[in-house]
Amino acid sequence: MKPAPFQYHVPATIPEAVQLLAELGEGAKVLAGGQSLIPMLALRLAVFDHLVDVGRLAELQGIERRDGQLWVGACTTEAAVEASAEVAAAVPLLARATPFVGHVQIRNRGTLGGSLAHADPAAEYPAVALALDAELEVVSPRGHRTIAARDFFDGLWSTTMTPDELLVGVSFPVWSGRSGFAVEELARRHGDFALAGVALGVELDGDDRIRRGAIGLLGLGSTPERATAAEAELTGRPVSDVDPAAVGDLAMAGLASVPTDLHGSADYRTRIGAALVTRAWTTATATATATATATATATAEARHG
Amino acid sequence: MDETAVHITVNGRARTATVEPRLTLADFLRDACRLTGTHLGCEHGVCGACTVLVDGAAVRSCLMFAVQADGAEVTTIEGIGSSDGELSPVQQAFRDCHGLQCGFCTPGFVVSVTAFLRDNPSPTDTEIRHALSGNLCRCTGYQGIVKAVRQAADTLGGAPR
Repeated sequence: MKPAPFQYHVPATIPEAVQLLAELGEGAKVLAGGQSLIPMLALRLAVFDHLVDVGRLAELQGIERRDGQLWVGACTTEAAVEASAEVAAAVPLLARATPFVGHVQIRNRGTLGGSLAHADPAAEYPAVALALDAELEVVSPRGHRTIAARDFFDGLWSTTMTPDELLVGVSFPVWSGRSGFAVEELARRHGDFALAGVALGVELDGDDRIRRGAIGLLGLGSTPERATAAEAELTGRPVSDVDPAAVGDLAMAGLASVPTDLHGSADYRTRIGAALVTRAWTTATATATATATATATATAEARHG
Repeated sequence: MDETAVHITVNGRARTATVEPRLTLADFLRDACRLTGTHLGCEHGVCGACTVLVDGAAVRSCLMFAVQADGAEVTTIEGIGSSDGELSPVQQAFRDCHGLQCGFCTPGFVVSVTAFLRDNPSPTDTEIRHALSGNLCRCTGYQGIVKAVRQAADTLGGAPR
């Protein structure tokens, strides 16, 4: 047995779970799918006196439309996200990111909420949540609150949740209209954490101008990053005037904490980051442009019909 | 140390044991059930040697505690072939195509491939390679393994695409 001893708790409800977290304090950790936590326990990078297993709470599972958004329960497995037609239709960026998460054996156990709460800056879901302005719903004995993704990640493996708070679900905005999405990343082997990567969305208006861009970056900081300055710069411009290579460079400008480690220097990561953003931008704008044509045709037909 | 009773059905047989919560499912299978076909390579979720089916889904048994599998149905490599010792189509294909050298990683590959072909009976070569990406073979005999999956898919009746 490699992990240090711990006491195991299986609450039957969300209130019971958060009550336990409040009573046990800093010595307790939430166990969901365990695909990040158990390796850390096995390597004794983390030691907890108590694990609170919420992995089987039915209230934490599911994928459904709520108030025009797509709600995904925190303990929904990545495999369920991958297999969901609802996710593919409503939040294509989440669907596209999922095959990059670990391997099938990991996705069968690992959960969406677990990945977000673990907050690895090189993981895919945090970058997707950040790019799409997802809202994270947390519960404690003090009640509910919603944390915007931009306020959620505050450091390496660290979030703004307090120790008695449990992530229960995530709401992703549904982009309608003429949009395109792409995920690109570079990893030494498929399923490894990326050296750098991007989760990107773009929406065009009727005149092929950029209505909005969403550029989430992974592996390029101590948290997932969002290229907000690049997004602002691109908004309103005709898509055909934008040089994809320039988007890559723009997205890398202002990154303050690109890591250097034995897998790659900050310079190298920045170069591949720019190339990946360029590639993602090209793919996403091609999809959006093609969608725009279809929508424009439909609109024209409706007008003349 | 607090111990907990777990009831897990392994290869169709009900097993009950009292375990420490930190006991992994892999150690439960090997030590409590004496089913040593499930191999442990890295013990932190990288190598895939310990892959088993939990309620039909291929998972790494080193990344799951036995207490989390309470009430579940587990299939290990020992449960893949028939009880009279006849090899499953996947096992037979690994044998025919030299899909194993030292054999250490083989249980994990066979279990992963069994679940994969159940869910995707006529895979493309790219899909096969993706499906194998979660298992490491340190003899690096991947060509034979890919061939074995192709053969098993053909044997099981999926038309190649």
